[in-house]
Amino acid sequence: MNPSEADLAIDARMLARRFGARWVLRGVSLALRSGEAAGLVGDNGSGKSTLLRLLCTLIRPNAGSATIFGADVVKSADRVRELVGFLSPVPGVYDDLTARENVRFAATMLGRPAAQADAALERVGLVHVASERVRGFSSGMLRRLSLARLLVQAPRLILLDEPYNNFDAQGIELVNAVIRETVARGGSALVVVHDVGLAAPVVARWFGLRDGKIEPLAGAPTRGVAPAGAFASSGAVH
Amino acid sequence: MAFRDEWARARAVAWKDLTTERRSKAGFNSVAALAVTILVLFGFALGPDTEAARAAAPGALWLSALFAGVLAFNRSYQVELDGGALEPLLLYPGARRSLFAGKLMANFVFVALLMAIVIVVSLVLFHVAVPAAWPMLLLVVLFGTIGLVTLGTFYAAMASRSRAREVLLPLLLFPMLVPVLLAAMQATKAILDGDIMHEAGAWISLLVAFDLIFLIATFFTFDYVIEA
Repeated sequence: MNPSEADLAIDARMLARRFGARWVLRGVSLALRSGEAAGLVGDNGSGKSTLLRLLCTLIRPNAGSATIFGADVVKSADRVRELVGFLSPVPGVYDDLTARENVRFAATMLGRPAAQADAALERVGLVHVASERVRGFSSGMLRRLSLARLLVQAPRLILLDEPYNNFDAQGIELVNAVIRETVARGGSALVVVHDVGLAAPVVARWFGLRDGKIEPLAGAPTRGVAPAGAFASSGAVH
Repeated sequence: MAFRDEWARARAVAWKDLTTERRSKAGFNSVAALAVTILVLFGFALGPDTEAARAAAPGALWLSALFAGVLAFNRSYQVELDGGALEPLLLYPGARRSLFAGKLMANFVFVALLMAIVIVVSLVLFHVAVPAAWPMLLLVVLFGTIGLVTLGTFYAAMASRSRAREVLLPLLLFPMLVPVLLAAMQATKAILDGDIMHEAGAWISLLVAFDLIFLIATFFTFDYVIEA
């Protein structure tokens, strides 16, 4: 059965993007259905983060097209931003604001009530430092704060770029719980990881990016870091 | 998105910028120190001739505000770039003009406070008496600051995506600010001289016209300059 366009959380066709003279993505096609979580692996510089940044409208493709639940990432970028939540490896918080102020600022920008921000802080385990300025936070706490921002948004599609970095075991389980909950309510998740074992409990399908092109993984990885060359030699991903 | 939502977002951005600045204080202190230093240097350059100092006061006032303002405008986006916060800011749904409006409001408060210091120092340093038409002078400062901040905030956003932003901003901004600065300086000079020729009103009208043009143009084009 072919899912309709709006049922596809991600429908990317021949996406290409270059920085200067270097083509980072060279025709990426990817389909991700509603209620599905997928993992994306690849060597450093293979274009994983670039693909996520294209899908969340931070950058525009040089060629190809992509839709998020039917909304075009270029023509309907504002609609896409309502549907997508992006967890970047960089926390993107304000050092001179407190944890609560940071998440409440995000809530205001997202049009959500302040109570939702407080609930998110509790969920990520930062209530005890909610009134403290972020400047002294550890890397793991900053990641939790970024995750709180994502929880406030509760988007239909979450794009997670190395979401397990700097997290302890509890934090890793928290990330996986967020993925599970998003999928359970009919949303989708695309997770970029190096250590496939961490996301394996929640990810159903795996893709690999190499030389700017996407390939399905030869088999579902079980543990450990995705080995170089572990991709199938060909095949579309639909 | 409804106007009420956009207004709430703009206020949130302004509050965030001003709170960050109030707590760190690094930006305002250095910018104010630069503005005062420029005025003192003008004072040294003009020497002990009080008439020459009085005549140069309007130019010195607005130029020191301009040079110090450039630092402030650069800094308002540097705060976003330092912590990687610009990306989340751009990913919030809704019109980007609310981000611009928020930055504009915060920069206006910042530069208005700066102007208060610059005016007081200028009056003392250049032997200028408070004019009888001081409310009119306040109007000039208000509209001049709006013009300066509007273009400064806009071009700082444009330059923020460049690695050479510190150099790029003055190069982009200074030529565009010529009409605002010219009108503000001439109006200030007329008021300080007692407005014998009744020309201050015309310069203020010109200033308001430029403000309106720049406000409308920047609000409608901000989405394009902030895009990657």
